[in-house]
Amino acid sequence: MSHDDHDERGLSRRKVLECMTWAGTGVLWTLSGGVPRSLGLVDAARAADQPTTGLTFLQISDSHVGFDKPANPNALRTLEEAVNRIKAMPVKPAFMIHTGDISHLSKAAEFDDADRIISQSRLDVHYVPGEHDFLDEDVKLYKERYGKGTRGAGWYSFDASGVHFIGLVNVVDLKAGGLGNLGAAQLEWLEQDLKGRSRSTPIVVFAHIPLWTVYPEWGWGTEDGGRALDMLKGFGSVTVLNGHIHQVMQKVEGNVTFHTARSTAFPQPAPGTAPSPGPMKVEDARLRSLLGIASIDFKVGAERLAIIDTPLAG
Amino acid sequence: MIQRASLSRAVRLAFTAAVLGATPLRAETIKVTIDNFTFTPADVTVKVGDTVTWTNHDDIPHTVVSAGKYRSKTLDTDDSFSFTFAASGDYKYFCSLHPHMTGMIKVE
Repeated sequence: MSHDDHDERGLSRRKVLECMTWAGTGVLWTLSGGVPRSLGLVDAARAADQPTTGLTFLQISDSHVGFDKPANPNALRTLEEAVNRIKAMPVKPAFMIHTGDISHLSKAAEFDDADRIISQSRLDVHYVPGEHDFLDEDVKLYKERYGKGTRGAGWYSFDASGVHFIGLVNVVDLKAGGLGNLGAAQLEWLEQDLKGRSRSTPIVVFAHIPLWTVYPEWGWGTEDGGRALDMLKGFGSVTVLNGHIHQVMQKVEGNVTFHTARSTAFPQPAPGTAPSPGPMKVEDARLRSLLGIASIDFKVGAERLAIIDTPLAG
Repeated sequence: MIQRASLSRAVRLAFTAAVLGATPLRAETIKVTIDNFTFTPADVTVKVGDTVTWTNHDDIPHTVVSAGKYRSKTLDTDDSFSFTFAASGDYKYFCSLHPHMTGMIKVE
């Protein structure tokens, strides 16, 4: 599962095809002096081998609790399997981030089920919303449950072990024909949030839709993501973590590492390999190899975060 | 009584139509399907008084939104939304969850 065969334009064809064969549990991120590496979750032995002198946190994404279609009739079950893997980790991560689409249809019962399972990890969870979390009539359930201490539609920042974390919302007020959207108010807030901050502070930005343009034909990108990235240019270490596309993709541009995590619910096709980005039905035996989580390890003094993507199985 | 009331409304409508030179006596319902994140047909021309019904066949929810004109609830798989067009004009619309999905209803 190497992440080094990308070129400047993004992922190689081989890499894209390789990505198709994964699906995941989550991502264990290790920040090593600024650049993330993801550590395997499933592969406990490998994770145990990683000396973690810095900060290790988890990324989980796209739980889609309530989804019951052929691509995965029981998305709650696979979320539970992901959480069980987290509980079994040899080294307890500092906390977890969830990059959105907690629920499938923003129903109260879906959020309840998600909370019931995710809380079993006994980790603090920092959420950002996906478009599936704002579908209730009054658009209030996400805000009520996860919006405490956030601004606007739910953006915020916090610090942990010397790393500055920024949770952004790019799933509201989308414009016809466009991509994900941050909006002027949020960009203004971001500028203020970064003002006066030491350029040597490692930054981790997380949001649901990729902030970089993965595949605009399927809406996989953020219209004004470039403006946010411009503000981050002067920082020595920037890591951008996203979900939404239900597959692992990574690219590095200068000091910025971009990474997307697997879903715990269902895989989606690699860009352009299917008529639409809809849920991809695979043989039952393969499903868990395409779902997963990520672990991120941040080591003081190292250039990059270590990110390890781990599938639920296989 | 009810029949009489609706008959008189029909007469009024017919009269209005005659005055306006339009013939909306038999309003039609036009179907637009959502498959593979695409509205089909994407461009539709209808007459004033016609109704368009969108039905989502995807495994992912979608919406139908025409800014300031109409907005569906979230349409889960096999859900439908209908809107009757009372005035002529071009009604561009999109899916607010997947904004690359766009379409247009031209009402003549």
